[in-house]
This record gives sequence, structure tokens and C-alpha cells, in this order.
Amino acid sequence: MYNSIVLVKQVPDTANISGKVMKDDGTVNRAKLPAIFNHEDKIALEFALRVKDKFGGKVSAVTMGPPRASDILRECLYMGADSVYCVTDRKFAGADTLATSYVLSEAIKKIGKFDIIFAGRQAIDGDTAQVGPQTAEKLGIPQITYAEEIIDLKDRKITIKRKIDGGFEIVECLLPVLITVLKGAADPRPFSSKNLMAYKGAKSLADLEKIAEGNSLLYVDDLVHEYKNRKIFIETMTTDDLDVDAERCGVKGSPTKVHKVESVVLAGGNQEMIEPTKDGISKLIDNLIEDRIF
Amino acid sequence: MPNFFTENSDIQFHFNRLNFENIVNMIEDNYEESKRFNYAPINYEDAIENYRKVLEVVGDIAGNFIAERAADVDHEGAQHRDGKVSYAKGTQENLEMLSKADLMGMVLPRQYGGLNFPFTVYLMATEMISRADASLMNIFGLQDIGDMIVKYGDDDQKQEFVPKFTTGEYTGAMALTEPDAGSDLQAVKLHAYQNEKGQWFLRGMKRFITNGNAHVHLVLARSEAGTKDGRGLSMFACYGDETVKVRRIENKLGIHGSPTCELQFNDTPAQLVGQRKFGLIKYVFDLMFRARMGVSAQALGISQAAFEEALMYAKDRVQFGKAIYNIPAVSNLLIDMRVTLESNRSLMYATAKVVDKKERLEEMIHRAKKAGESTTDLNNELKATNKIANFLTPITKLVCTESANKIAYDSLQIHGGTGYMKEFRVERLARDARITNIYEGTSQLQVVAAISGVLNDVLKEYFNEREKKQYAGGLNVLSNHLKEIREILYDLLKYVTGKKDTGFQDVAAKELVELYTYLYVGYLLLDEAEENQKKRFIANRYILNALANSRKNSELIKSETYSDILHLDEIVK
Repeated sequence: MYNSIVLVKQVPDTANISGKVMKDDGTVNRAKLPAIFNHEDKIALEFALRVKDKFGGKVSAVTMGPPRASDILRECLYMGADSVYCVTDRKFAGADTLATSYVLSEAIKKIGKFDIIFAGRQAIDGDTAQVGPQTAEKLGIPQITYAEEIIDLKDRKITIKRKIDGGFEIVECLLPVLITVLKGAADPRPFSSKNLMAYKGAKSLADLEKIAEGNSLLYVDDLVHEYKNRKIFIETMTTDDLDVDAERCGVKGSPTKVHKVESVVLAGGNQEMIEPTKDGISKLIDNLIEDRIF
Repeated sequence: MPNFFTENSDIQFHFNRLNFENIVNMIEDNYEESKRFNYAPINYEDAIENYRKVLEVVGDIAGNFIAERAADVDHEGAQHRDGKVSYAKGTQENLEMLSKADLMGMVLPRQYGGLNFPFTVYLMATEMISRADASLMNIFGLQDIGDMIVKYGDDDQKQEFVPKFTTGEYTGAMALTEPDAGSDLQAVKLHAYQNEKGQWFLRGMKRFITNGNAHVHLVLARSEAGTKDGRGLSMFACYGDETVKVRRIENKLGIHGSPTCELQFNDTPAQLVGQRKFGLIKYVFDLMFRARMGVSAQALGISQAAFEEALMYAKDRVQFGKAIYNIPAVSNLLIDMRVTLESNRSLMYATAKVVDKKERLEEMIHRAKKAGESTTDLNNELKATNKIANFLTPITKLVCTESANKIAYDSLQIHGGTGYMKEFRVERLARDARITNIYEGTSQLQVVAAISGVLNDVLKEYFNEREKKQYAGGLNVLSNHLKEIREILYDLLKYVTGKKDTGFQDVAAKELVELYTYLYVGYLLLDEAEENQKKRFIANRYILNALANSRKNSELIKSETYSDILHLDEIVK
């Protein structure tokens, strides 16, 4: 039995950009873009669910984001996650990777004992690939990045095939460990119809606050109680629930400042040989679709 | 590819006007199961939301997963090597995907792992899956076998088989047809016998068995030695173990992903399902309702796919300096196709609800009997519903499957020469459509099944009611046309029955069934036209066409066009 925690993020759909989506300060105006489940995080969840299918254990998913991020937590439940956590607070807003990984690591401590943390390699909005590794550092556990496959998992030892420049390497590690996974490493499973019907009404604290705001006859505490009873309450964590230093959260805790944004035309560099075969072409098309270019 | 549910405005239209609270309430029986299953609905609105959400998943999987694999599945096909049947790679992946999404037991009870959905919603899923890959429907649609066991098997059989159907671990096959028993299933010979301990065994041949490599077979077999007709046949369940040999699979025109097998049962141990001697006359007859509706949905899916291909091509293809979409002959074909497609869908889901109601009433009667309650009212309602279902099911099969061929034909025509090439999807659709009006009863047999409904005027009261209704504006003109069609019909019925010649009646049956269908569908479309501006166009063309065809049918029958069948030998020699 292995318990996993999956780090997931809601990201703007960069394949559906229209209008003015960049703010003058060089950051993305997320409200202007449709929000989707970061694809590599979905693959991370698939990895965790496969570990559960094979060895048993529980899968938890956690996200830090605005209230509407509960959308992707519901999707985690539809795919088969056992519990989900929404880390949300105005004080967390504007966080860079340092502040994000700080809050996430504190949230993970609250969630409890785990054997493996899975995360996507990177999110399609920031492309930093830093949150996974930084979270591992803050928790003081080893990390394996760019994972393509779990080759073996036995006696608290995991064997991973990871991508490196020009090839791959196989590494072993004792648990607990944080693993970031690459696109293409697995096909995420579809939503289970049963889970979809069971959890379609799952709500986070922020969702319920919104419902209560719109109806003076409803009280948040009653709603939380009701949703907990029906087992469709999405656990919510704010600054009050976590042992966090406010100075290290959100904008305050983020040393990263966007200096300037410019459009860079890339030339040369990365090359990949595509075999002129049917398989080669379908792989190319798959890659273009995955990169949301096609 | 789009989501085949959310991005199909016509399916959305029908889903949004299902209004079948009575049926859903019957299925959910006071929504009791919401206490035991977290995915069971708590009320009608919740049930509808469940159906919508799940159909969205089906639409996504169909449009974005199954459709992408359809060409490869068609090319690779199911294979038969060393006595073993394997699916094409894409078929295997599709089935795994559908199993993971809990879609392999949509209509089966929750206690066995199913979703307990209405038949109507299941048919919507079937339509979308068939649009993506018609051959996959033949395996997806075999959920009906689990349903047969639920309805007629004993508790042990339900526990043994059904949970494994819902997880997708087992697939099923329905072994009915034999070399000498196709349309005429009364001629089935496969022998069922018992040893001294009472264990049943099966021995003999079956042919054209879809998914004959299944884990579980339902087999129609002759259990009463010495009998020759349908009353000597019983239904058996058996495993597809080493005693069931797949001798070959057929090399077919279309639906390549679905293995069609010739089977040899070599003293295969089997269990009797339900009562002896009821195999054909009750169970298979009952299964046919579902199977025919399943094939109708398959045909509708193919029609939608063929229409989409035609539309896309017509908009893209430029000739004489403009898109052929704007060339009147092509525009007209596109409208014809669309009117056929949408009117078929109206018929499909109207019939689906009647079949649903029939099945729910049967369940309620079953429950009431168990509880020792009176079933008189329910029995009367079931009798009335049965009459209508018995008529609507064959005409739905007849109309949807013939139309699928016509739409695929016209779609290929719009593609011109390129449509004849393997590179375009439409040639596959044309091949796949061709089986739909043959299996589960040919079109000719559907006419035979439907004609007694016409002769007995089963919808008489319904039409009487409808004729009283006043429609606004242009729709009133159309409703007057329907009245005229009804007059033509009664005039023809009088003419045909007055001749007291069953041979003539058999030949004229096709025209008569057509007229009756026009009336039923015509009124469905009038209702829709009242709600929706676009549907006015659909109703208009459909009813104008129907009137013209009715006059033509009348002319054909009354001018004794068909009396020359008495001279068959002279004419065809």
C-alpha cells in the first residue's frame, strides 16, 4: 500500500487565446482565459491512480489557486482521487514558485503521511518546472524529475525511467519521494461515470460561501455541515488552517518580479528527427496536439 | 474532433425535451437507491443532470478517442488466427476506455455495478459511439445480453455473469442465427440435451455470430427433441470455453472491427435461462425490441457522420469558382439529407421512450406481483403500450437504416470521385451502413412486423386527437396535409383489404407502412416546429414530401402496378 499526493494546477488554456490577455505589468490576465486542468498534472494523477490500482493506498490531490480551481479538483474526483484539497486565500495570490512551493509544502504536512508525491513536470502558463522540485526541497525529501515510467515499486523502493538529453536513465530511490512526470508518459483515464454522478455537486468552502452570499436564507456553516455529511465537501485550506508565515506567502513572499516581456523568435536549437513513416507522422501530430499548437 | 454530445445541436434539442419524468420515476422507484449508492439520483432533476454529465463523457470519448481510431480499426479489422479471435488494436483500446468510464453497463441495475439508465439515454450514447465507429456499437450494444440475464435469469445467474459485464471484464454474444435459420429462427436446430444429473449441454453450429469470441454466450437451442417450430426452443447461457470453437470469421463489406463468427458448440456445458420452450417466443422476441432500436441508433450515428462529411466537403470544395455547397443541386441534397437525419432522430427518440415505458411497466408489474399487489391497471397500460411499441419499433428500424444508406450514398455523391477513394471517410460509412437494414431483421421483415399495426390502425385515437389541434400560421397548412394523407391511407386500406388477396396485401404493405409512418413522424415534427424556428423547415419539407409520396403510393397500388407478380416466371426468365 502506498499513499500518494498529487500536485495539480488550473491553468489558462493557451490554445484558446483571444483578446488582450497580458496585463501591462507583463503577467497573464487569467480571468480573460478559459481555465483547464494542466495536462501534465493529469498525467501525474494517472500515475498515482495506477500505483493505487496495483498496490492499494489512497490518492489525494491538492491545488493552490483561486476559488474556481475547485473545478479541477472535481475532475480529480471524477478520475478516481480519494480526497482533494483546495488551498485558497487572497493572501496566497500573486505567488511565484518560491511562495507557491512554501504554501504547498505546508499544506502537504497537514494532509498527512504520504509515500509518493506526483506532480506534472511544469504548467503550461509559467513553464518554470520549479514548483515540484522546490516542494521536495522544503519537505526534505528526494526528487526524481522528468519521469517517463515507473519500472518497479517494491519494499519502499521505486525505480523510475527518466528522460535526459539524448536518452534516458534509470534511477532508484527510497520512499518518500517527489516525482515530476512528463507529457506522453501515460494517457490519463477518462472520467468514471459513477464518480462523475457522485461528485458532480462537490463544493469547496469558497464555492459554498458564494452560494450563501447569493441567498440570505443560507448559512455557510450549515452548508459545510450538509456537504460534509453528503461526503461532497472539498476540503479547503486558508492561511488560518496552515502554519504559514504570512510574509512568505503570495506577493509578499515572492521575490520574482517580471522585468519585461518581449516576443522572442526562436531559431535553430532543438531538433528532433521524425521518421518518414506512418508512426512517425502520427507521433508528430500527437506532439503538436499535446503542445496545443495544432 | 468535437464533443459528439455538446456540439450536436440536434441531439441537444432532443435531450432537452425528453420530459420523461414518468419513465425516470418508474426506473428509480422513489429514488430509494440514493440511500445505498452515492451515484444514484435523488430526484428527477438530479437524474437528468446525471444523464447529461455522462452523455458529455460519452460525447468526448466518441469524438476525441474512438473517432480517431476508426480508420485504423476498419483497415486492420478483427483477426482470426489459430482458432483465436483478436480485436483490432483500436477496438481493444476503445473497449478499455469505455470500461474505465463505467459505460459497459449503462442500463444494468446498480446492484450489479450498472448505471440503471433509461433505454432512451443509452440509445443516445449508442448513436454517438456509432457516429465515431459503427463497428464498435456491435460490441458496446451487447450490454443487452446482461439485461436479458437480469430480466430472465435466476439470482445465481445474475450474480455470476452481470457484474463482470458492467466492469467490461466479460463481453457477450447472442448466438441465434444458423446456416438454415436466418430470418426464420423457428428453424433453429442447435441441440440442447441433459445428462442424468440434469446438466445441460449444447451441440451444433451457429453462424454470423457477432462477437462470437465472447466470454459469455446466450444461445437459442432446441431443447425439446422432435419439435420443429419455435415452441421447442429455449435460451441458454454458457461460457466461451474450449468447447466453443470459432471455426472462422467472415470477411465482410463493412463493420470490420466487429468479428462475425462461425461457431461450433461441442457438448458445451450450459445453464437454462428462464423457462423451457420460451426461448424464441418470449425472450428472443423481447430482445429484438432492444436490438432493433440499437441498430436504429447505429444507423442514425452513421447518418450523422455521413452528413458531417458531406457538409464539410461541400463547403471546402470549389468548382466553377464557388464552393459546391452553393450549387443548387448540391444545396438541395444537403437539405434533403438534413431533413431525413433530423426526422429520423425524432422518430428514434419518440419510439425509444415508448419502449422504455413498456419495459418500466413490465418491471413495475414484476415488483407489484412480488408484493402481492393488484396489477390490473398496470397490465392494461402495458397492453396498450405494447401495441404501439410493436408498431413503432419495426418502423424505426426500417426508416433509420434505409435512410442511413441513402444519406451515406448522397454524401459519397457530393464527394464525387474522391468519395470513392479509401482516403476519405465516406466510403467506410457507405460500407458500414449497408448491414444495418439487413441484420436484426431485414427491412422487408420490418414491414411484415409493422403491417398489422397499420391494418389495425393502432394509432387511430392518437391521430384523432392530433387532428383536433389547431396550429398557428403555416403549420396549419401542414396539419391539413397530414389529414389528407390520412384520407389517402384509409382509402387505400379499404382498397387493399377489399381485394381479399393476401399476396397483394403483402406487396402493398410497404407503401401502406410508409403512409402510416409519415403520419406519425409528421405530427412529431409539427410539435417540434411549434417550439423551434428551424424545425419549421424540417417539418415543411418532410410533410410536403410525404404528401407527394402518399399520392404516388396510392397511384401505384390502385393502378395495379404490382399485379404482375402473378407472372413472375415469365417476366424474369
